[in-house]
Amino acid sequence: MNIPEGAKKIVLAGNPNAGKSVFFNYFTGLYVDVSNYPGTTLEISYGEFEKNVLIDTPGVYGISSFNDEERIARDIILSADIVINVVNAVNLERDLFLTQQIIDSGKPVIMALNMIDEAEKNGIIIDIDLLSKELGIPVIPTVAIKKTGLDKVKGGIDLARIGNICNEIRLKLDPLTKRLGSQGEALLVLEGDPAVSARNGMEPGSSREEIYLARRERVNQVIEEVIQKSSSKSGFSNKLGSLMIMPLTGIPILVAALWIMYKIIGVYIAGNIVGFTEGTVMAGIYEPAVRHVVGQIIPNTSILGKILTGEFGILTMTVTYVLGLLLPLVAGFYFFLAIFEDSGYLPRIATLVDRVLTGIGLNGRAVIPLILGFGCVTMASITTRLLSSERERRIAIFLLGLVIPCSAQLGVITGLLAGIGPQYAALYAIIILAVLITVGTVLNNVLPGRSADLLIDLPALRPPRIGNIMKKTTGKTFMFVKEATPLFALGALLISVFQVTGILVYLQNLLAPVTVGWLRLPPEIATVFIMGIVRRDFGAAGLNYMTLTPGDTLVALVTLTLFVPCIASVLVLFKERGRKEAIIMWIATWVIAFFVGGLVAQVLNVFGRSSNTEGIAVVLAFFGLIAIVSRLFKRFYKTITAQI
Amino acid sequence: MTLDKVRKGQQIKIISILDEIIRVQAIRFGIAEGSVVTCQEKVPAGPIVLRKNNQEIAIGRNLANKIDVALN
Repeated sequence: MNIPEGAKKIVLAGNPNAGKSVFFNYFTGLYVDVSNYPGTTLEISYGEFEKNVLIDTPGVYGISSFNDEERIARDIILSADIVINVVNAVNLERDLFLTQQIIDSGKPVIMALNMIDEAEKNGIIIDIDLLSKELGIPVIPTVAIKKTGLDKVKGGIDLARIGNICNEIRLKLDPLTKRLGSQGEALLVLEGDPAVSARNGMEPGSSREEIYLARRERVNQVIEEVIQKSSSKSGFSNKLGSLMIMPLTGIPILVAALWIMYKIIGVYIAGNIVGFTEGTVMAGIYEPAVRHVVGQIIPNTSILGKILTGEFGILTMTVTYVLGLLLPLVAGFYFFLAIFEDSGYLPRIATLVDRVLTGIGLNGRAVIPLILGFGCVTMASITTRLLSSERERRIAIFLLGLVIPCSAQLGVITGLLAGIGPQYAALYAIIILAVLITVGTVLNNVLPGRSADLLIDLPALRPPRIGNIMKKTTGKTFMFVKEATPLFALGALLISVFQVTGILVYLQNLLAPVTVGWLRLPPEIATVFIMGIVRRDFGAAGLNYMTLTPGDTLVALVTLTLFVPCIASVLVLFKERGRKEAIIMWIATWVIAFFVGGLVAQVLNVFGRSSNTEGIAVVLAFFGLIAIVSRLFKRFYKTITAQI
Repeated sequence: MTLDKVRKGQQIKIISILDEIIRVQAIRFGIAEGSVVTCQEKVPAGPIVLRKNNQEIAIGRNLANKIDVALN
């Protein structure tokens, strides 16, 4: 990012869901630059704000090194000239911890006390003048979604002040500040932040807990004084929140939410919308046009012509897949994900499923990378960093690569499954789930150590806000297209070259014992797997164009889902887990994919493809049995290890 | 007693949290040792949801076993 001469760095900071993005959009207007923060998938927005630069930060509860969000927020805040602290008035007690930490860092701060209307509705009356006096910074009440008070914050930037630093902290801080020349850096060194200490050539301090406690005490004291009345009523959102986390009601709610998602993405988007974008627009208008234009210069039957506009052409298939087929599906998934996130439902899903995930060596928090994986496995693999132990990261990243289909793939899969009937969709889900449970349980028992426990904030439920949702959906979809297109082009090139040179047929024959003999699929399926090495969705999309029986489709989908993750994910896998572990994981996905896929094929074959219902019942029972055996294995393993 | 023994609706005081990282994160959320909270919900065999004013926090069952509390 380039900061013009004389421009100030104004940073927006706050807890998750405090409403920072509304401020950002309001202040910056059109000239916004979104970029990935180096080494992460987190997007940081920069914008022009009058003559200055406004930078948004990820929502955090404090700045330290607990996760990527905090590290980024920490570095951006420490480099700020002015901080606009957006605070959720409903959770003042929690949010003020960050506020006080930023004040302690010595930065000039102005506070936007947001959602003041909701706080009043909850019976919380805040003495704003007193809050401002206690903290030593200007406090402006706002209701960001109604644009109330935003102008005052905008006009009040220059009023930002260095606030009242916690007394106990100041005594420790002053000598170090003199030495390092920066109060912010000094504070983080005292708080034992490893990265900040290292860059200042210091040993991490050991006073983190002491400082945190002093700060917490100070905040509680301020709260005591400024909150005049607090009667927490149990409203409808509280009740709904409870229903969402209790299994008896929470599971039906989750199932209903997923069913609506399936209906809209699998049936409506995959059917109607993709039918139009892919069939009418891409295959009907775009592809013939491109063939015609290219054909004027390069004959379509020449080798180059085939590579550019042939069956697997870079200009035809890649563009059709990315824009016609995947774009609507991916946007649909990110749309639902954004709703879950913005409404506060996601952490409640984490709480609901915590018990189940502890069985596979994860905790409820892991539901976030796992669900994100349904968006993009690559991105989710990076977010496994938010898990607190090495062990969990290892389990999560392997499960992501093995069993979680990404949105692009899932879209194609849902479309295909919707075409062959709900009984197959259920069967597919159960098989994948059985693999997930089995592999997770085995890993949990074989890997040394134990996993960390759940500790998660449940923000108040609220109706999702359309502006936020649209921003998240378009942002993530755009990133997807940017990331997927070059890989698709690479895949198309590879396949075209294989086709033109005859390697494709050779590979099909080479793989025939596996594909035809073991999976009982037509030999052309090898193409799908070769495409799948590049991207699984690329392979799944290829299935769309093959004529298969419902049973074959199921086998192909199961195998392809478990098959190696896309090239981008594999690169992340190597980066996150190191070469040795990554290679083991990559090979393991091959083995498991073909083993399970073949098992399904063989079982379906033995128990009559003719009578579908019976065959399905048997397969179901079979995989149910595997899941049970894996649970027993766990008990058995525990007894054995206990005896040793 | 430990947190997992608490019943829904009971008001309790946090006595001690063993794990340092968890202890520090809990301070941020306002649940330092010595603070008074309510057990909002108990997911069967799963996490325990604590409430302090408008703040809700879910704590895994295994972690709850290691947090000492007293009825308030």
